[in-house]
Amino acid sequence: MSTVNAILSMGALGLLFGALLGVADKVFSVEKDPRIDQIIDVLPGANCGACGYPGCSGLAEAIASGAAPVDGCPVGKKRVADLIADIMGVSCESDCEPKYARVLCLGSKDKAIEVFKYEGIRDCRAAELSGGGAKGCTYGCLGLGTCVEACPFGAMYMGDDGLPKVDDELCTGCGKCVAACPRGIIELRTKNESVNVMCKSHARGPEVKKVCSIGCIGCGICVRNCPEKCITMEDNLARIDNSRCTRCGVCVEKCPVKCIIDLAKVPGGCQGCLGECASAGEAQAAS
Amino acid sequence: MKNLLVILFTQALVNNFMLSRILGACPFIGVSQQVETATGMSMAVVFVMTMASAISWLVQNLILNPLNMGYLQTVSFILVIAALVQFIEMFLKKNSPGLYKALGIYLPLITTNCAVLGVAIININEGYNLVEAAVSGAAAGLGWGLAIVLFAAIRERMRLAPIPKCMEGFPIALVTTGLLAMAFLGFSGFDVARFVGM
Repeated sequence: MSTVNAILSMGALGLLFGALLGVADKVFSVEKDPRIDQIIDVLPGANCGACGYPGCSGLAEAIASGAAPVDGCPVGKKRVADLIADIMGVSCESDCEPKYARVLCLGSKDKAIEVFKYEGIRDCRAAELSGGGAKGCTYGCLGLGTCVEACPFGAMYMGDDGLPKVDDELCTGCGKCVAACPRGIIELRTKNESVNVMCKSHARGPEVKKVCSIGCIGCGICVRNCPEKCITMEDNLARIDNSRCTRCGVCVEKCPVKCIIDLAKVPGGCQGCLGECASAGEAQAAS
Repeated sequence: MKNLLVILFTQALVNNFMLSRILGACPFIGVSQQVETATGMSMAVVFVMTMASAISWLVQNLILNPLNMGYLQTVSFILVIAALVQFIEMFLKKNSPGLYKALGIYLPLITTNCAVLGVAIININEGYNLVEAAVSGAAAGLGWGLAIVLFAAIRERMRLAPIPKCMEGFPIALVTTGLLAMAFLGFSGFDVARFVGM
């Protein structure tokens, strides 16, 4: 008898709770966009957060609700962007092109002088906070490799010249290094945006000359010679409007300090090294 | 009334579920990275513990005792707790998606949180009535919540501390738990009944 009691009472309890949960499921049901799951399936699933959303599911929700663009995943690049565009029923615009990290400083050890010997924590952010680092140039690369450590894909490494290099094969354009650099030297560029002013210094010409032999001195020669008039001078620093640049190479040729480089015209294709070619004088020959 | 106060202080401080009975250690270590999520988790635990205490008391006294089936206590209590947690999960998903996400995997883990089953069984063993059981559950949840919020605040500060490499993460968390438990040991000499004037 007690066995029957046990089975009946526990069964009844189970049924009761089951029924309650069933009702609750209906009452508290959350309508979910079916596209969210589809997009999550397409996304890389690394949850790296490079998109600025909390993980892949966060981005998927943002894309489905229209808050983020279909190419919001910088890691998945064009392939993923196309798949998501299919799911969302839109076409992928031209800005789906993959981007790569570009270190916009050529101040290698032999080009940019150091004003003191830095013995602190081997971290650019720490160096920037404590006396602004050893470099004479207050805009240039500190060369302590914080970007290299920030790279979740192992696409960056420190070159012998004291500047970080990018391996385009591995770079996903996630932008972690961009955020990690305390001086904002690293920017994301597509392969086509290959003509770059490889300097970030807003200092006046003579001051740049004092600390770096390859920094932009703000002479304005590139501005005057650009046939497309797409170079502007902002605070003693040339700035190229990539959307209008035709990559004619005039500025590369005319720049007196050779700090404008067409990365695509480096022999053997640009490996994103940014600097090796310039220090070897190959960029000059290439242009 | 005084009786309830005694239960409240005893369950929350003197016999603190985490730091004295060492129950519910999994979410205690897992969700204590930030004070905010720790607070959310302790709210969920307070709710589950109060409800579980009351309902399990009813199950014990209305079903198990009359039918003389005390041996089914553990099974039926787990059934109650599992259903409750499921219900709370649905409720949070609908009404507080932020908290739902913050709690993540630890919300379903309340199901297997031994503190919840522990308080339900302790209530029966202590011979509490329904109101006492519910107060005991709430007090146990509050005590557990107090412990995890304190712990989360300590862990937030510890993140900036120069902790030796070998002690980073869980090791230092466990050591901290031990120290916290020792601090709470101070309550064990606390005569609650006299304090509330009984």
